Amino acid sequence: MAKAPAIVKKRSRNVGKLPFMGYRRENGRVGIRNHVIILPLDDLSNAAAEAVANNIKGTLALPHAYGRLQFGEDLALHFRTLIGTGCNANVAAVVVIGIEPGWTGRVVEGIAKTGKPVQGFAIEGNGDLRTIEKASRVAQQFVMWATEKQREQCTIDELWVSTKCGESDTTSGLASCPTVGNLIDKVDPLGATTCFGETSELTGAEKEMVKRAMDKKAADKFMTVFNAYQDMINRHKTSDLSESQPTKGNIAGGLTTIEEKAFGNFQKIGHKTKYIDVLGPAEAPKKGAGLYFMDTSSAAAECVTLQAAAGFVVHLFPTGQGNVIGNPIEPVIKLTANPKTAREMPEHIDLDVSGILRREMDLDEAGDRLIDVMIRVCNGRYTCAEALGHREFVMTKLYPSA
Amino acid sequence: MATQFIVHDKKDTVGVVVVEDVKTGATIEGWVMEGDGTVKVKALKPVPLGHKIALVDMKKGDTVLKYGHDIGRMVADARKGDHIHVHNMKTKRW
Repeated sequence: MAKAPAIVKKRSRNVGKLPFMGYRRENGRVGIRNHVIILPLDDLSNAAAEAVANNIKGTLALPHAYGRLQFGEDLALHFRTLIGTGCNANVAAVVVIGIEPGWTGRVVEGIAKTGKPVQGFAIEGNGDLRTIEKASRVAQQFVMWATEKQREQCTIDELWVSTKCGESDTTSGLASCPTVGNLIDKVDPLGATTCFGETSELTGAEKEMVKRAMDKKAADKFMTVFNAYQDMINRHKTSDLSESQPTKGNIAGGLTTIEEKAFGNFQKIGHKTKYIDVLGPAEAPKKGAGLYFMDTSSAAAECVTLQAAAGFVVHLFPTGQGNVIGNPIEPVIKLTANPKTAREMPEHIDLDVSGILRREMDLDEAGDRLIDVMIRVCNGRYTCAEALGHREFVMTKLYPSA
Repeated sequence: MATQFIVHDKKDTVGVVVVEDVKTGATIEGWVMEGDGTVKVKALKPVPLGHKIALVDMKKGDTVLKYGHDIGRMVADARKGDHIHVHNMKTKRW
């Protein structure tokens, strides 16, 4: 568990611009990691992508389950997620591998707009082995180029921070989610770009959500998205949502209803900050600095994958019972206020804020500690999830393929 | 006495136990975050860490308040000090 150094208190009185050492990319965006990724267009290309990542050390394959016979908005989301992942400032360069050249080229063109090195390879007409060789030669050049990149001083107004909670329990609503909220309230006036999501887990708190919109347009947009999600759930619902809302873990931790869970989730956006816009899944913010709500499912890996694809580079993840999620390109910082979880699963917990429940620590101090841990992770410190190799990359699928 | 349960809002009808060993018959002290107050209740059942304890007598059909908001309804009667969870409480939605 991370211990807060003595400078934290000083920082809380004079937050300044919270400098950190990041990678400034060709398009000006700031990343905190320097990945060279091998991105499969579709399920068929996973084997070749993983072979390239095995050949060339320091590259990272992102296998996933989809990309064939999708259509309409579902296909648009697939491309938005892949292109957005490649565009993320934590990624230095990208090799794309697809079964055929057309859609492979579409992903390459989308990523190339950032100015970063990207090259695509198609398997049809080449076979896996020739594709792997050609892609490996390019991946080697990319990784040797990328490893020479230097970190430079960046400031909080260049940082994009996302948040989502998981395996929540009542301690999440009491302390770990409010700690994230305290951070959001502190970094929002400094010009950070932040994002929360989990449309279904605002069920019961939707009226409070409307009050937290910056303007009527954002509030109306939220209610449109919220109602669409409710309609979907009502079409498929079972009496207890099959122990999925709340989950079995939530229930073990004392959460009884979705409404109770929602008010806990809602604590993550603090007390003062208002959201300025509502984003579609994996949609990049367009209105500048501020807090954004993104329409996502509440499944951890799906949500973080979408937020990373929208460009967020560091993630804050409060957990109660001990969700162990990570993401391949966006470091996931975990905090818990559950003393049992902190004790039993310490290798997963970057920050223990259970002292709030014992009244040994107040929220303001917890928020400062989280800022400190976040800046250290931005400077390069591995999160628990990174050290343990958690790389859950999960595409959201909207409906069956054609 | 150390805080053994926490109440979000003065209006709340339940509190959350934040220690691991609340036993039947124990009188426990709670911290009401809104207004920084203190409240005591006698546990009628062992209540695990993170689980809710009733702060008032409740009847089947009563709305349960936490964070000062409606978080569901009682599906069985409960007395002050009872453990409140899926066995006696449910969402109003599903």
